Amino acid sequence: MARPRKKSILSMQAEISPSIYLIISICSFALFFAAWALIVQSGLVRPIFLPSPVAIVARLWALGADGTLFSDIAASVYRIGVGFIAASVTALAVGVLIGNYRFWDAAIEPFLDFIRYMPVVAFVPLTILWTGTTDTQKFLVIWIGTFFQQALMFMDNIKRVPPDFIGFGRTVGLSDAKIVTKIILPSAAPQIWDTLRISLGWAWTWVVLAELVAARSGLAYRIPVAQRYFQTDTAIGYIVVLGVLGLISDQIMKFAGKRMFRYEAKH
Amino acid sequence: MEKLLIRDLTKTFPAGRSTKDRITVLDNISLTIRENEFVSLVGASGCGKSTLLSIIAGLQSHVFFFKQKTAYEILGPGADRGVVFQSYTLLPWLTARKNVEFALEATGHSKSEIGDIAMNHLKLVGLEPFAERFPAQLSGGMKQRVAIARALSYKPKLLLMDEPFGALDALTRVQMQELLTGVWEREKLTVIFVTHDVEEAVFLSDRIFVMASNPGRVKTIYDVPLPRPRTPDTHRLPEFMQLQAEVLGSIRSEMRDR
Repeated sequence: MARPRKKSILSMQAEISPSIYLIISICSFALFFAAWALIVQSGLVRPIFLPSPVAIVARLWALGADGTLFSDIAASVYRIGVGFIAASVTALAVGVLIGNYRFWDAAIEPFLDFIRYMPVVAFVPLTILWTGTTDTQKFLVIWIGTFFQQALMFMDNIKRVPPDFIGFGRTVGLSDAKIVTKIILPSAAPQIWDTLRISLGWAWTWVVLAELVAARSGLAYRIPVAQRYFQTDTAIGYIVVLGVLGLISDQIMKFAGKRMFRYEAKH
Repeated sequence: MEKLLIRDLTKTFPAGRSTKDRITVLDNISLTIRENEFVSLVGASGCGKSTLLSIIAGLQSHVFFFKQKTAYEILGPGADRGVVFQSYTLLPWLTARKNVEFALEATGHSKSEIGDIAMNHLKLVGLEPFAERFPAQLSGGMKQRVAIARALSYKPKLLLMDEPFGALDALTRVQMQELLTGVWEREKLTVIFVTHDVEEAVFLSDRIFVMASNPGRVKTIYDVPLPRPRTPDTHRLPEFMQLQAEVLGSIRSEMRDR
């Protein structure tokens, strides 16, 4: 007689409790840093190429103490804030337009597709030519990198609003403008929020790009400077900080989304 | 008294690339609906019954070939006609009560009265205790009951229902039919009800319009002389079963002809 196979946490689709999940996640982080520390300790790689995790934490601590780290974070967060909001607002307006009107769909959508495939990186020299190495140039790079993708994703979010929702709005006599503000936008809001969350991740990449190429402050400005002086610990530390900031902003968006769209829950 | 008069209504859809290629989905439809009448449109899928309903709702364009002057033409959607759709159209970010209030506000009711009207209509469909629930927390049948309450709340002259119970399970469906017939008998409404369920049509209606396809047209009109109020026992009346067989036969013969 065949016995039911014993379930292990490694078997496909096995259920895992939240605490076990957390422990496994923490272990993989610990494993990674332990392996890293071990490699440096063994002398396989020279610290100038790969400093130990402890050295990096110490370095970040020192940079935090003298204020450099926080002024760099402030500069980068300011740039991503303005650039991302500018991109999101303009993209949402365009997304609503192409999502609801066939005319604007025909006029704008193919054009967006065309620009979307142009590499953002190649625009960086042009943005410097147009706006110098100012903050406006950083906003512009972030805008170019995010707007075109966002506009198409917002369009898709808008197009997925059930047609009968709009039909209902018409039968109670709402105007087109009211249908957009009172039915289409609230209905698409959870998907729009997801799009914002995904595109915020990209915006981090674009602020890094803009600061690497031409900046006098910011997290990614510090990295090539550190490289020039062989401060590998600073460079790696800043990369980790960027990762952590990205993770924090993503978690904030996720949490806020859960709060705002609680009505979707079954209970 | 006549409530709705349709004369020689034709609807075509584009077919193929040329703008001249069009298929006729509704061909010279003429029908009269009387005040406080419950009328069903039945027919095989593709006969244009839902299209006809959405034209009456004003959600689709249409062509009238006027042979006589009519007093009123459907120029677009409006609050004089309430629609209950087959798909769930409760706005998910609003509670049941707020959904009804949304319709009341949109149709120009003052803020001070909408709360009471909304609650009264939720009471009418037996959902008063669920007024503060969001649609995600309601069953399919409850959602459609709220949708009915919402469509009735602003007192439209005509209630248009497009297979409103089509997505529900068989038991809930029967319950909803009894609820609807009860509401209709109390409130005295004029209803046009689209369904492909003949039993449902016979149970609810005063008259049944059987539609035929290619092109969509009204084939036969049946009177339903069953006594009111209609109850679960109505289903067992011999007249009920005979009429059901007749209407079904009419739809079937049309399907064979094709």
